[in-house]
This record gives sequence, structure tokens and C-alpha cells, in this order.
Amino acid sequence: MIQGLSIYHFLVVSTLMFFIGVAGFIIRQNLITILLSVELILNSVVINFLVFNRFLYPDQLQGHFFSLFIIGIAAAEASVAIALIINIYRRIHNINADNVNEMKF
Amino acid sequence: MTLGVFMFYLISATILFFSVLTIASRKMLRAAIYLLFVLVATAGFYFLLNYQFLAGVQLTLYAGGIVVLIIFSILLTSHISHKFERPAAWKLWMGLSVLVAGSGTALWVLLLQPFSKNPAVKEVPVTMHLIGNQLLSLEKNGYVLPFELISILLLAAMVAAIVVAKKENN
Repeated sequence: MIQGLSIYHFLVVSTLMFFIGVAGFIIRQNLITILLSVELILNSVVINFLVFNRFLYPDQLQGHFFSLFIIGIAAAEASVAIALIINIYRRIHNINADNVNEMKF
Repeated sequence: MTLGVFMFYLISATILFFSVLTIASRKMLRAAIYLLFVLVATAGFYFLLNYQFLAGVQLTLYAGGIVVLIIFSILLTSHISHKFERPAAWKLWMGLSVLVAGSGTALWVLLLQPFSKNPAVKEVPVTMHLIGNQLLSLEKNGYVLPFELISILLLAAMVAAIVVAKKENN
């Protein structure tokens, strides 16, 4: 526990970060920048898990392990998403989300 | 103001500033570098909360692995000096209104919510010994099943990434 900091301080930051990520997901058009917004969202969720673990249930490590698994899944998701993006680029020579409206070629 | 509080405000200012730049920058490589700053600052949060192992994982896996992967894919798919057009006005307004309405609602609910900690709960130090034991334990508070599942998931993701990205031989 840190002197002078409450649980609200951390949660406000992670909430703002989450919604900045959601706004980026809506505003951006390029697939890779959409992926960057998703990483922001996942990161804010990890902060939330750790803060609840540290401030409310410091006798266990549940939030810690969930964060560990979220980071692992984020890595898997990023690698598959980038493989898909490269494949799309090879077929239509750009990675704009508006141009990817056909699943079958 | 103690050093911890000062560090908290410094780190949160960094996180918010660079997250806004990540979604607002019109050059893609810069957006990825700003995301790197956000991830490193988040590792600072974990150090502040006394989760040193997870901060190390964040630095090596997120900041070291994922960002490098994203930068490689940016270099493969677009020109460095390429600059995005401004987004359409309706999209911008929709994103900003989601940002304002969503964070307003969430913060309103959050700040009215009383979080109370059970005072009987004792804080345990997070040692590597404890993490390793719990991760591979079958007892209560053991996480061996998700640990094994995520190993299969990572293998599947690796195979899938290779199969999807490999060139078709005609």
C-alpha cells in the first residue's frame, strides 16, 4: 500500500486509458492502428486487475495471475492479427479497414 | 507530497498524454513509439504497486516483444513517411462522444462506489517462490490448468500465424 494514494487514483487513470482506446478503435481506419488501440484497452484492464488485487485482496494473487494470462493472450492475439494483416496486404495492397469488406477472394 | 505520490502523478500524466498521442498521431510509426512509452509507463505503475515480476514481464513481453512485432509489420506494409488523411468528421465526433460519455458514466459510477477492504486481511509479500508454487499447484489457489491451456494457446497461435502469413505456392 502506498501512503497518500487510494484505489480511486489508479482506477481513474485506467478508466480514462480504456476509453481513449475505445475512441481510437472507432476513429482509426488503418488495421495496425486499430490493433494499437486494442493493446491500450488490454493494458488498462491489466492495471485494473492489479489494483483490485493490491488494494482489496492483498492476501492472494488472483489479479496477478489473471494479468499474467492477459499479457500472454495479448501476445498471441497480436501475432495472429499481424499475420492476417500481412496476408490482407499481400492481396489488396493496402490495410485500410474500409477496403476489407469482402471475406472471399 | 511523498516520492510515491509524485511518481504516481508523473506516470499517470505520461500514460494519458501518450495514449492520446497514440490514437491521434497521423504517422503510424510514431503512434507505435507512443504506445511503447505508454507500456513502459504502465510497467512503472506495477513497480509502484510492488509487483516486480509482472513489471518485468510487461517490459520484456509487451514493450520488447509486441511493439517490435508491430513496428516490423508497419515497415512491411506502409511507407515510413506516409501520413494519414484526417478522419471523417462524423467518425471523429462519434469517437469523442463515446470517449466523453463512456468515461463520464464509468467515472461517475466508480467515484460513488465505496470500496472497503476487509481489515483482517494480511498482505503477503509477492515472492518468486510464491508465484512459481501457485502457478503449478493443483491445490486451492493453484493455476496449473490455465497455465497448461495458455501453453496450448500459444502453440496454436504460433502455428496459425505461420500458416496464415506464408506465401501460397502456385
